[in-house]
Amino acid sequence: MTDTMIIRTEDLTKVYGTKTAVNHLSLEIRRGEIFGLLGPNGAGKTTTILMFLGLTEPTQGRALIDGYDCTRQSMQVKRITGYLPDNVGFYSDMTGRENLRFTARLNGIPEKEIDPLIDSLLEKVGMTYAADQKTGTYSKGMRQRLGIADVLIKDPEVIIMDEPTLGLDPEGMRDFLNLIKKLSTEDGKTILVSSHQLYQIQQICDRVGIFVDGSLIACGGISELGSQIAARGHYTLEIEAEPCDDRFLGYLGKLEGINGITKEGNTFVISSSEDLRSDITRFLGTHDYKLMHMHQKGGDLDEIYRVYFEEAEKEGDEGDAKDGSRKYRFGRRGR
Amino acid sequence: MQKTAAGSTVSAAEEDKRRNIRYHSLTALYRKEMADHVTSKRFIIILLLVIAMTIASVYGAVTGITSAVKNAAIDPKASFDASYMFLKLYTTGGGSIPSYMSLIALIGPFIGLILGFDSINAEKNSGTLNRLVSQPIYRDSIIIGKFLASMTLIAVMVLSTGIAVGCAGFLTSGIKPTGEEIVRVLIFLIYTVIYICFWLAMALLFSVFTRHAATSALASIALWLFFAIFMSLLAGILANAAYPVNTEYEQAFNSLNNYNLNLNLNRISPYYLYSEAASVLMNPATRAINAVSYTQLVGALSSYLSLGQSLLLVWPHLVGLLALTFAAFTISYVGFMRQEIRGN
Repeated sequence: MTDTMIIRTEDLTKVYGTKTAVNHLSLEIRRGEIFGLLGPNGAGKTTTILMFLGLTEPTQGRALIDGYDCTRQSMQVKRITGYLPDNVGFYSDMTGRENLRFTARLNGIPEKEIDPLIDSLLEKVGMTYAADQKTGTYSKGMRQRLGIADVLIKDPEVIIMDEPTLGLDPEGMRDFLNLIKKLSTEDGKTILVSSHQLYQIQQICDRVGIFVDGSLIACGGISELGSQIAARGHYTLEIEAEPCDDRFLGYLGKLEGINGITKEGNTFVISSSEDLRSDITRFLGTHDYKLMHMHQKGGDLDEIYRVYFEEAEKEGDEGDAKDGSRKYRFGRRGR
Repeated sequence: MQKTAAGSTVSAAEEDKRRNIRYHSLTALYRKEMADHVTSKRFIIILLLVIAMTIASVYGAVTGITSAVKNAAIDPKASFDASYMFLKLYTTGGGSIPSYMSLIALIGPFIGLILGFDSINAEKNSGTLNRLVSQPIYRDSIIIGKFLASMTLIAVMVLSTGIAVGCAGFLTSGIKPTGEEIVRVLIFLIYTVIYICFWLAMALLFSVFTRHAATSALASIALWLFFAIFMSLLAGILANAAYPVNTEYEQAFNSLNNYNLNLNLNRISPYYLYSEAASVLMNPATRAINAVSYTQLVGALSSYLSLGQSLLLVWPHLVGLLALTFAAFTISYVGFMRQEIRGN
């Protein structure tokens, strides 16, 4: 049971009618890491999470958490897994404390231990001041933090969060991310975060998986993915030089391996299949240009995401995929 | 704390936990549902409605009985049957006020509907159900807990108002109940609880399968209207179509069949089923509920039915009501268990 991989899916597939929401997903998540599941809306992230919790049955394949089959042994899984849904809901006419107490009772925690436990959790998420307010008056950020406390009541080993940062203000977001980070580093929890907000996730994740149209198209640490992109010959260089004249542009246009140049203000954004930095700086140095700004993109998630996403779009028949996803949305609403 | 340690004690402890968890979660859910209902505004509204109904019906019954007794004293032709007076507190209306029995047949369903119509879909929409199902509880605890909590409230409401009617009637009119009358009233109240639970189960069913609370409220009210009003019309139309009784010739052949078909169609409706059972229980003079031929009546003594015989008459009604309730609950149960619960 002391497997280093705490979450494992094997060929996990979920089909709704004609739409494949999750397509042969094989994923492994290490104990104690923060894993980001990234992808656009409707990519199948939520469906995957539901299968982890045994809330929907996979069409094919299986998911395991700590060795328990998520479909057949969902009780054991739910005992060690905390789930923070997007837009977490609380009973609005109960106070935060009462909501937590209810969860504690559902988890069969002895009455005597409930109140001290709740107090310490409220302290941890910084919600002590609002504990006795009705949750109907809470802001989104407060609900989200109470949600974390709610998840922690059962002292889970794995915490799964679905779009947790959606709708938080910048400060709330920062606090929230710090909290998540702390849960991982101090308490050793394994955390799976699904999101389409790349920047935030980038700050805290140890590894990410990029999910498009039900398939995992890339998986690994952020720097690892960055070098993967570089290896495929995708470079994006931002460069600003003075004077910003046509001679410079003319030079850039003649360089080998250029895929495209766009001008944003005084900055050229060059996408290429080779690393051009040394060539360009040599040119600038010998021709009396002043280099104002140069930045090689590729190391950040935005870029990684864009590249992978574009590749996936090109591969799949675009029109079909869009139609399918739309139908799927309507289908869900209709039920 | 729930880490699985290796060793032989695990399976025993696990098994123990499994048994406990159902108990824990069901109790917690049940308590929460009860607290929710009791503190909600809507519960206060039903409570006021039921109290008003009780007071009105006691008042109606007492005035109705008093005027009947007075009439009998003045007018020798107006006979007044003084036996089973206590039951008359429940079955007699006065002036324009209906009796307790007919009022609860009409208003009772509302109690069930109001307690149940948004029990699942409202939680789904507010995202609490999502959180609930990710707890280590069996999913059926949720729907069972909801049903049991509402059922308890219904039982408390019906029994307390039913007993209140008896007490108030006893205090104001001095009519003393006999043992048999008390038993009849209690059985009648139990029928009432089951009848209202049918409506609770219906409301729960709609709340499982509809997305918005308003839709399920409207659907359950529509169903209630159908059974309370249109079912008898429909039964009449169908019976007449199947066995026309327009000419004397047709009447001679079809009357009995027409009547039977009409009656049986009506009995599909829980409203009719309940009303029939209630009238048999509360009026021991009712000797039969089906068509009776002249030959069957030859030599029959005009007396009251004993309690046992009355129960024999309404036994199928109890089974029918229970079956309808269970059917509605089972469908919602299965539907709920198979549903995929997502955030919104």
